[in-house]
Amino acid sequence: MRPSIRIISRRDFLCAAGGIAAGFALDPAAAAESATATAMQEAIRAVVGSAQVRKGRVTLELPPLVDNGNAVSLSVRVDSPMTQADHVKAIHVFTEKNPQPNVVAFHLGPRAGRASVATRIRLADTQSVIAICELSDGTFWSDSVSVVVTLAACLEEI
Amino acid sequence: MAGALINVPASARRGEIIEIKTLVSHPMETGYRRTQYGTVVPRDIIRQFVCTYNGEQIFRAEFHPAIAANPFIAFTTVATESGTIAFLWTGDNGYAVAESVKISVA
Repeated sequence: MRPSIRIISRRDFLCAAGGIAAGFALDPAAAAESATATAMQEAIRAVVGSAQVRKGRVTLELPPLVDNGNAVSLSVRVDSPMTQADHVKAIHVFTEKNPQPNVVAFHLGPRAGRASVATRIRLADTQSVIAICELSDGTFWSDSVSVVVTLAACLEEI
Repeated sequence: MAGALINVPASARRGEIIEIKTLVSHPMETGYRRTQYGTVVPRDIIRQFVCTYNGEQIFRAEFHPAIAANPFIAFTTVATESGTIAFLWTGDNGYAVAESVKISVA
């Protein structure tokens, strides 16, 4: 007896190959690993609501060229008298191309004395970083800095 | 347990603006990294940092995965009275570290 040989038709083969390729393309993790400028705008809207964000009063400091994106020093200063009547309520930091647009939110008040905070952040790509501050009168002010990153964070395997 | 380093001047004049620097030991695993077998390493980060001065909250920060490992935070406050400045970090998987320092205000 001859062994039965199953011959795969060209059509079956193409259907199967197409299915495998589609499976790779639809991997949700791969699609979700980079935020976009739109995602950043949405994250900013979620914080400021319908208020207008103006440039000025905020000074965001980051090194212009970053060798290692795993720890980048960031400092934000806001030009504010920090009195009970006029103070900074919050400072939010957003990035354009990290996996998530939000970086950090600082909540301070008149007891801070000076609106000046510093931390270290991760940067996944060459991109711009935005700091937005909320004043006690309800206005929002921003500053943005473009950073060149040579070694990105979040990419290494462990 | 994970340690925290805190730098606060031991004494200050009343009304002086003092700088507080904190560093806490934590890997801040983003949840975006993969092992060599392709499995995602689950997220494990500190979510919140709160600083209180004699029981009153003076500073709070909310962290996202983009904060570097071993979070460093520097901020300022007005030295109003002698007492305790307390720090609390809370995060994923029940992480909580509390520290406090004494300050004398003349």
